[in-house]
Order: sequence, then C-alpha cells, then structure tokens
Amino acid sequence: MDFLMWFSKPENTKPLGLVIFFVTFIGIVIYAYGSKKRSDQLESYRNIPFLDDQEDTKDKQ
Amino acid sequence: MAVTTYSGAEQYNFEVVKKFAVMSIVWAVIGMFVGVYIASELAWPFLNFDSPYISFGRFRPVHTTSVIFGFGGSALFATSYYVVQRTCQTRLISDGLASFTFWGWMAAIALADFSYMLGYTQSREYAEMEWPIDILIEVVWVAYLTVFVGTIMRRKQPHIYVANWFYLAFILATALLHTFNNLAMPIDLFSMKSYSLFSGVQDAMTQWWYGHNAVGFFLTAAFLGMMYYFVPKQAGRPIYSYRLSIVHFWALGFMYMWVGAHHLHWTALPDWTSSLAAAFSILLLMPSWGGMINGIMTLSGAWDKLRTDPIMRFMIVALSFYGMSTFEGPMMSLKEVNALSHYTDWTVGHVHSGALGWVAMITFGSLYHMMPKLWDTKMYSRKLVEWHFWLATIGIVLYIVAMWISGITQGLMWRAFDQFGNLQYSFVESVAAMHPFYAMRAIGGMFFLTGMVMMAFNMFMTIRQGKRESAALEAKLAAKLAHA
Repeated sequence: MDFLMWFSKPENTKPLGLVIFFVTFIGIVIYAYGSKKRSDQLESYRNIPFLDDQEDTKDKQ
Repeated sequence: MAVTTYSGAEQYNFEVVKKFAVMSIVWAVIGMFVGVYIASELAWPFLNFDSPYISFGRFRPVHTTSVIFGFGGSALFATSYYVVQRTCQTRLISDGLASFTFWGWMAAIALADFSYMLGYTQSREYAEMEWPIDILIEVVWVAYLTVFVGTIMRRKQPHIYVANWFYLAFILATALLHTFNNLAMPIDLFSMKSYSLFSGVQDAMTQWWYGHNAVGFFLTAAFLGMMYYFVPKQAGRPIYSYRLSIVHFWALGFMYMWVGAHHLHWTALPDWTSSLAAAFSILLLMPSWGGMINGIMTLSGAWDKLRTDPIMRFMIVALSFYGMSTFEGPMMSLKEVNALSHYTDWTVGHVHSGALGWVAMITFGSLYHMMPKLWDTKMYSRKLVEWHFWLATIGIVLYIVAMWISGITQGLMWRAFDQFGNLQYSFVESVAAMHPFYAMRAIGGMFFLTGMVMMAFNMFMTIRQGKRESAALEAKLAAKLAHA
C-alpha cells in the first residue's frame, strides 16, 4: 500500500492532475474536430431546438 | 437524431414554468428596487432613516439574494424546465416534485430576505442565509436535480442538447458549492446563529471558492444554457457551431473551479494559490470568448434582425457584455491590476456589467421570447419592449462608467503618498470624492429599474391578453358544440 503514499504528496499529484486534465481536454478537442463524419453528426444536433417547431407555428408572434 | 413530430403544449408541464417565470419578474422588481434604494443610501445617507432594518448592511444581502436567487434563480428554473422538456420532447418526470421546487425556492428567498432584515446573517458573500434556510435550499436543490436528470433520462430525443449540459453543470456545481461553503455548527438547535466549520484563511478560501464559482456556474454556465437555446430560437437559425459549443462547455468546466483565489490577492493566502488562480483566469478568456463568438455568429447572415427585433437586441447586447466582462475579469485578476482595483468600486462595476449586462439582458430576451408562447399570445406592447431595452442599456452604461471612475479614483487616492512618505489622503476624503459617482450610479439603477417595471407591466398585460383570448376561444368552441 506504500504506493498510495505517493498520491498524498502535492508535488506528485499536481503534475499528475495537470497531465490528466490536459490529456482529457485534448481528447475532447480531437473528438469534436478530429473526424469529418463525426463532425457532420455533431453539427446535425444544432437543429434539436427546432424539432418541435410545429407548435411554434401556432404562435402569433 | 430522432425527429419527433408535433408536441402539443398539453404534453409538457408548462404550469411550473409559468409560475417561475412570473415570480422571476416579481423578484426582479423587488430586488432591483432594493438595489436602487441602497445605492441611494450611499449617495444620500438620510435614507437610512436611522432604522436598522433598512440599513445598508442588512438591505444589501436582500438586494443580492432577491436578484441573484429570486430573479436569476427563478428564471433559470423556468427556462431549464422549459428547455429540457422541449429539447428532450418529454414531460417533466414529476409534476409534484417540480411544484415542490417552486414553493420551496420561493420560501427560501422570502425567508432569507426577512431574516437579513432582522439581522440574521452568516456573513458569507452571496450565501448569507443562516443554517435552517441552507438546509431548505439543499432539499429543494436535490429535488431540482432529480426532476432535471429524471426528465433527461426519459427523453425521446437520443442526443442531449448542449443547453441541457450547461444547465446540468450549473445544478451539480451549485449543489457542491452550497454544501461545502455552508458547513457550519449552529450554537443551538433552536437558534438561527451558527459558526462556520472553517476558520482564518481556509474560511476565506472556501468563501471565494464558492463566491467565484457561484458567478461561474450559477451566473455564467446556467445563463449560457439559456443562450444556447433562446438565441437560436429567436434568430430562427441554429447555433453557429455545435462543435465549438462542446469545447466551450468542457473548457469552462475545467477552468472555472480554479479561479476563486484571485479574490484573495495580497492576503494571507499562499502566494502560489492566487497566482495559479490568476493564470486560470487568463486562460478562461478563451472559452468565454469562444462561447460569445458562437452566440453572436448565430446571427451571421441575419444581422438585419438587430434593427427590427428588440428581443434579439437584448440577446446580442447581453453577449457583448458577456464578452466585455469576461475580458475585464481576467484583467482584474492580474496582481498588478488587482493592487489598484481590489476593495474599490471598480469591482462593484465589474460585477454589475456581468450581472446587468449579461445575466439580466439575456434573461429579459429569453423571457420575452418564452412568456408569450406559454400563454399562446403575442407581446402586449412591442413599443414597451423597445423602451425597456434602451432604458436598461442606458442604465447599465451610467452604472458601470460611474463605478469605473469612482473605483480608479479610490484606488489612486488610497495609494497616494506625500513627499514625507505619509498617506496623502484620509479615507474620508476618498469617500467625499465618491459622492457624485454614487449619485450617478443610483440614477443608472433608476433607469434600469424603470425598464424592469415596464417589463412587469407589459408581461402582466400579455398574460391577461393570453387568458382572455383563450377564454374567448373556449367560449366559441362551447357555443359551436352546443349548436352541433
């Protein structure tokens, strides 16, 4: 269990946290912009607010 | 992506949305009136009338609680319940629980306001409520989370629209912040008074971890959820880039939690902690502006709407103020700038450029879009919407310009030395120098409040009009059925 002590030291966990957060964030950016097919799929979600627009046609505004 | 056909209003629970929307306006009028009153007390102190109940110290949290949690919070409940139903194309999971969140939230705000006037406070910024009210808020918030997540879980639309991500992040982060910031020990089970579990610099750190994340998740992320739904709806075109909204969301989430310590520069807090907070504050500029650009560019190709549509104008001006205050904030978090700006009115001006310019303006735009739809009518007076827009905009400009001048003057006077190394000005001299700007700020607030009262009148008439139209329609249908 001694390896757990490694995590109790801020000088270890701070750079570890930085690496984890940085890699995760880069992963999200790659996920969002990395593939043309996925990009098209993601961009199609832009239209979700308009899917129940038939109701809006009743609106007089 | 599933395309669900027509979803009638009866499919959704709009009753709770209506209640929250109406109370949002009521709390806005109350909270802004108190705001104008306390601003006037600073300019014309006779307004204290020697009464402890309405003194600045007790009335100020009445203002902040009423506008942040009463007006802003109710608007967030209303719009989040509206958006989650319409984008998930399903009804709220529990009408009873949703109704409980309404009555519980209203009780919490009213009790908090009365308790402040009676002198009960735990003196924590934006969290002055004493422990019994904190517990009530905790229960209401868990019910809110249950309703929101439960509704998402039974959605008919496979993808969760990005506005709901922002709302969910706001609900989760607020739960976390509220719980840990309010850990306290009551002095007696039947006493309102309690003491914080933290002390000294840890207490200060906890308070500003809460304080800035209340700004980050309550006043920013949640209203971005509003923006990601209502700006596209009002513009009649989808958001500029969905992928950018994903990066915006995660970047904001990663960075905001770190920045609270920039409120504690040059204090007993370890230097590296506030330096780290300043570094993250600067980084935060990127997602903030990414989101602002995403919102503004949604109007790309339809800029003429800004000339013709006052509701769109509210939204775009809100995004512009969002961009401006998210530039000003990181700048003020730099230690050198902070050495001048901290403890001065500049901070008050900065908060209000975000609170009035961003939060209130995006809320006005969203409510003007949503409320006529809820009552199935159109706005009673478009002219009054125009008037509201200009009064609000002029009010904000007067307010923040007054506070910029006042704040920088204060900062410079406090740090001025004479040739012998003594302070050049006494504190009271700096107070006297502020007087014209305090009057200017109060007048700015009066402009903003007048616009708000116009909105309340306009909405009252709109609701009445909607009810009359619906009654007339029902009478017509009944007559037709009787003749059939």
